[in-house]
Amino acid sequence: MSIFINKDTRIITQGITGKTGQFHTEKCIEYANGKNCFVAGVNPKKAGESIFGVPIFGSVKEAAQQTGATVSVIYVPPPGAAAAIWEAVEADLDFVICITEGVPVRDMLILRNKMKEKEAKGGKKTLLLGPNCPGLITPDEVKIGIMPGHIHMKGRIGVVSRSGTLTYEAVGQLTELGLGQSSAVGIGGDPINGLKHIDVMQAFNDDPDTDAVIMIGEIGGPDEAEAAVWCKANMKKPIVGFIAGVTAPAGKRMGHAGALISGGADTANAKLAIMEECGFTVTRDPSEMGKLLKALL
Amino acid sequence: MKIHEYQGKQILKKFGVSVPRGIHCTSVDDAVKAAETLGGSVWVVKAQIHAGGRGKGGGVKVAKSLEQVREYANQILGMQLITHQTGPEGQKVRNLLVEEGADIKHEYYCAALTDRATQSVAMMASSEGGMDIEEVAHKTPEKIIKVFINPLVGMTDEQARTLADGIGVPDASKAQAMDTFKKLYACYMETDASLAEINPLILEGNGNIKALDAKFNFDSNSLFRQPEIVAMRDLDEEDPDELEASHFDLTYISLDGNIGCLVNGAGLAMATMDTIKLFGAEPANFLDVGGGATTEKVTEAFKIMLKNPKVKGILVNIFGGIMRCDTIADGVVAAAKETHLSVPLVVRMKGTNEQIGKQILKDSGLPIISADSMAEAATKIVAAVK
Repeated sequence: MSIFINKDTRIITQGITGKTGQFHTEKCIEYANGKNCFVAGVNPKKAGESIFGVPIFGSVKEAAQQTGATVSVIYVPPPGAAAAIWEAVEADLDFVICITEGVPVRDMLILRNKMKEKEAKGGKKTLLLGPNCPGLITPDEVKIGIMPGHIHMKGRIGVVSRSGTLTYEAVGQLTELGLGQSSAVGIGGDPINGLKHIDVMQAFNDDPDTDAVIMIGEIGGPDEAEAAVWCKANMKKPIVGFIAGVTAPAGKRMGHAGALISGGADTANAKLAIMEECGFTVTRDPSEMGKLLKALL
Repeated sequence: MKIHEYQGKQILKKFGVSVPRGIHCTSVDDAVKAAETLGGSVWVVKAQIHAGGRGKGGGVKVAKSLEQVREYANQILGMQLITHQTGPEGQKVRNLLVEEGADIKHEYYCAALTDRATQSVAMMASSEGGMDIEEVAHKTPEKIIKVFINPLVGMTDEQARTLADGIGVPDASKAQAMDTFKKLYACYMETDASLAEINPLILEGNGNIKALDAKFNFDSNSLFRQPEIVAMRDLDEEDPDELEASHFDLTYISLDGNIGCLVNGAGLAMATMDTIKLFGAEPANFLDVGGGATTEKVTEAFKIMLKNPKVKGILVNIFGGIMRCDTIADGVVAAAKETHLSVPLVVRMKGTNEQIGKQILKDSGLPIISADSMAEAATKIVAAVK
């Protein structure tokens, strides 16, 4: 088992014909069962053509109807990214992963409220991961996104993080220690996004094949604290926690659009403190994440 | 992206918010002329820099004669204005705003910003305007009234009234206050702002509601569709090194320590800075080389880091994913040679083509110290600079 995706997931790629989309689609197809998982691409101007043997359709709806795909991954450039997500939501997909970095925050605000409105009216709920995220992977089954597949190993540890390379760092440490991963999820660094730490922690808690989790956060926003409080009351599995940005100055955007300290509660120290209070094994040394997790098993 | 107060007021005015009459100037003579043009007997001479706390730092003066306008403009223009937001070296004042005086009966506060938790726009208002709002939030949180606006609906009359009532606007001025809140919200959305703050928003003796200050931040992801906002960018107010780095698609932020660090990915870059501190030193910068680092980018990154005279050592931390370690190793060797690197360099590489990358560093003949983990890398660089 795993969370959100597995070898039977069927995926549409929006923006498959762009440079980034092509580059990563090829790598995703090469990884594990990718050849069977990536079943459709979307580009209204190239409908009827194919790329890497993947047929291209004129719309997400058509691609879903023709192939039975329920998940989509988006590499569409920032100005059209929110519209691409909305197209996938309107096509009633289960899960949408938006890799695109640099999506206007206002577009995401409007999109997230449209998604909530659709659900409130009884429409199908579509989960969104990202934007500005590396995607997610279930090792040896399927990878959706831009992470290097080869550092992963199949196993029973969950990883969730807002940062791409920091996720790889945690995964790399686990694999070196012989601890495989059930799924690794990058939720992205933007201030207005889809799945948050709390949602991914719930999914790991419910997954019978995940034994423990590494949760990585960074400065800015309330998400890690919210997840920590939820975990204290509900999580049945041990958690190692790390927060990046103890040395980050307040008021400066540290690379990620959402990595900005704007009050007292969203500093790294404040988040580490609440995670510790909520029963996480926290560390200030990111080199130790894997070792600490091993000690908890 | 930030802009000056006088530009913020131009935007507010365009959206129908009442602001004092004022003129932007860059010389003392222009400031005096501006005061003459504005007329009246009281003027405010305000330093224009991209930082708050200007009044306390001596950057805002009330003049009661044209001679005083000249005197104050002379004092302020060209000064290094030090505020709690500028750092100890301060910011040079190159621009002034000369405004007509205002008859202040009460000072309020209002602001719009994006609220992550509710995924809506938070509009805040307070009866305690004119002071540091973070202090108000800390000491008397009940004096900050908040409403959350669904962008699909916009600001409702009820929400505007909640704010106006909550901060005690007198009945005669309530309609104008509500209108001001709605216009501030419209302006926030249409300009792709990430913060729009009026502090103080004043009640004048005649009952008029007016914005006496304006502070805006804009979402950098949206600048591609906001040419009028981009035109307001003042590069003189930005850190020259950060600006130069941005031309090479590098994200660089200078800090106070003595260990330069070059990392791929924002999260890993912060974690690397934290590790340096954990092992007893302070980082000199944040530097994310991004996903597609080339030899040229790495060389530029080294040059920018080394411009900082405080840098006594460099730590490179790369997790090779799509970006291969051998590419980075080539870049590091070329950069070290081109910059005639004279400070210790520790390189930690993991991931794709790690072994090839390490071999390239070894074969370079340069005194590069290699490390396997972030902790080892930090320990070695801290030891090397001591």
